[in-house]
Amino acid sequence: MIGLRNKTKLTSAPYIVWMAAFIIVPLAMIIFFAFTREDGTPTIDNIIGIGRWLRVFWNSFCLAFLSTAICLVIAYPMAYALSRSKVKKQRTLLVLITLPMWMSFLLKTYALMTLLEDTGIINNLLRMIGLGPYHMINTSGAVVFGMVYDFLPFMILPLYTVMIKIDHSLLEAADDLGANNRKTLMKIVLPLSLPGIISGITMVFVPSVSSFVISRFLGGSKIELIGDLIEYNFIQKHNPHIGSALSLILMIVILILMGIMNTFDDEEIGEMLI
Amino acid sequence: MVRFDGEIILNHINLSIKDKEFVTLLGPSGCGKTTTLRIIGGFLHPDEGRVFFCGEDITGKPPHLRPVNTVFQRYALFPHLNVYENIAFGLKIKKLDKEEIENRVMQMLEIVNLSGFEKRRVTQLSGGQQQRVAIARAMVNRPKVLLLDEPLGALDLKLRKEMQIELKDMQQSLETTFIYVTHDQEEALTMSDVVVVMNEGEILQEGKPTDIYNEPQNAFVADFIGESNIVNGIMHRDYCVEFAGKLHECEDKNFRPMQPVDVVIRPEDIRFAAPENAVLSGVVETVVFKGVHYEITVSAANLHWIIQSTRSANVGDEIGLRFGPGDIHIMKKMFEGTKTVVKGRVTAENTVEFLGISFKREALGIPAGTEVTVSIEPDSVELVSADRADMVVYLESLIYKGAYNEVILYTEESEIMAHTQLDEEVGTDVGIKFDFDKIDVKRN
Repeated sequence: MIGLRNKTKLTSAPYIVWMAAFIIVPLAMIIFFAFTREDGTPTIDNIIGIGRWLRVFWNSFCLAFLSTAICLVIAYPMAYALSRSKVKKQRTLLVLITLPMWMSFLLKTYALMTLLEDTGIINNLLRMIGLGPYHMINTSGAVVFGMVYDFLPFMILPLYTVMIKIDHSLLEAADDLGANNRKTLMKIVLPLSLPGIISGITMVFVPSVSSFVISRFLGGSKIELIGDLIEYNFIQKHNPHIGSALSLILMIVILILMGIMNTFDDEEIGEMLI
Repeated sequence: MVRFDGEIILNHINLSIKDKEFVTLLGPSGCGKTTTLRIIGGFLHPDEGRVFFCGEDITGKPPHLRPVNTVFQRYALFPHLNVYENIAFGLKIKKLDKEEIENRVMQMLEIVNLSGFEKRRVTQLSGGQQQRVAIARAMVNRPKVLLLDEPLGALDLKLRKEMQIELKDMQQSLETTFIYVTHDQEEALTMSDVVVVMNEGEILQEGKPTDIYNEPQNAFVADFIGESNIVNGIMHRDYCVEFAGKLHECEDKNFRPMQPVDVVIRPEDIRFAAPENAVLSGVVETVVFKGVHYEITVSAANLHWIIQSTRSANVGDEIGLRFGPGDIHIMKKMFEGTKTVVKGRVTAENTVEFLGISFKREALGIPAGTEVTVSIEPDSVELVSADRADMVVYLESLIYKGAYNEVILYTEESEIMAHTQLDEEVGTDVGIKFDFDKIDVKRN
């Protein structure tokens, strides 16, 4: 037993070193910078001063909520259909779904930019059938579209993982007991897929709310999100103190939201399905 | 009829079930019993054929519109609901008022002996308790017919016996038709009003448990239901059969003269006898104490006989065996004839082809291109591993005939009979090798 324990310790050593170097230390630095002035004296002005960017916070959360909701609506039926299809088909579809994840995130966002421009491919095509042009780039719609486009696989995968574990006989049992398809979905599939919904939301919402590339490329200078603000403070203004304060607050808000989310998660079901 | 991946799973199933009966579909795994149940439940749709309920055609109806409920093989309880919510599920769907639901659920919990468990999570229950929740969840809807798919399969022996009695009591007190699927013959005989024996997607016999046991229709049923001595015999005339080297009086008639038959004698019907009264005499080979009786194997007339007796014997004893005309059951053979006869062709000089394989025969004397008849004695077919095999075939049945196993093998074109000492599993693919020297080739 002792040998085994030592072995586990040894095998997890690289990760512990990694975690210390790239998670714990930077986190400590963020906290340090957030509560100090440029001369190193402690202060809470950085945190209090964030009040002026309340609008940016609000915007970021609204857009992230919206894109997460759209992802969920698109991914849920997809994941369900996927989990109930034949094994061979499942494999092919899974590859297709994960395919975009193999490509650079930056590249995809650039590609979207050229698609959505006023003289972009979409508008050109629309013109051919006598429509448009529509102004799409540099709107919050474009930003949401970009987020959905980039993060959709992260919603489908956790949902699919949970759904394939729902025993088919449970659906038959519900059918047998008088439930039609809609009722089976509401009373059996939905509650049993809750853990997947929660991890899907987490995996889409967190990167959406803190993203800055998408809003910069697709939102122009008009749509400013927290991510942009943090990047601006760190890189353009060389002010890690404000940047850190913003990061810290963002992190805390996300943690609170996730904490609330997880209270909906039924531990028992999670265990059952794992 | 039901096909799956082009293979026929069920064929010509014609079953009518009376109200308030306890009907058991019995058969080895893969015989189509669960498929039949799923068709009745509405989870499967037959390619051909109809399902009627009280005269109404319900073939196309989905499960939630059928007046039947199912107890699933592995219970399929909803893990996110507690015991009460699981049982109330069907009633809530039907939108019954709260008080009625509560009354019925509580009453049901009492019937299945789970009062006080309503708040428990189903994942915290033992196998037997989960099983009872599954029954309660189905029964609370007061279905006209309850379908049970091997519901006791996951329980240990003692609990299974208890549940058998509980289920039978429940069926009688609630006056519900039960259609029960099992591969356990004892379970079937204990609980059922009617037993339906199935194999290979077909119904072999249907009747009261006593009839099935006492008058099995063929060697498969006899072998599957209880222990049997099954040997080859020849029906000389009505009421007279030859087996174990002698003529015996029996109670069966209407066979062709000299028709090969299967002879079945139950182990409990064979008695010890003094040498002068004995029908057969032999030597005791093994004696095993089984609790209520001894199980004794005796070698007589070059055959092994299993005898169940309350009297013991010593290994090596010379003893006499006795049985009466009423103890001898004569059955038609599942395989017509005593050897395999197939069509063949002489493809080249001294080369014969049959069932897709060919062999050389010196001085055959039949010109190429001639159609021939190939006869294969059961002894010239050997069961071997697939890499040594001449062909791979499907093992349809295997019955111990006192000295060897008689196996019936399916190829795509024909059935082949073989004798072997090996115990292969029925329903699997096996390799066979022919002793070509012993194969008989005749011009048509």
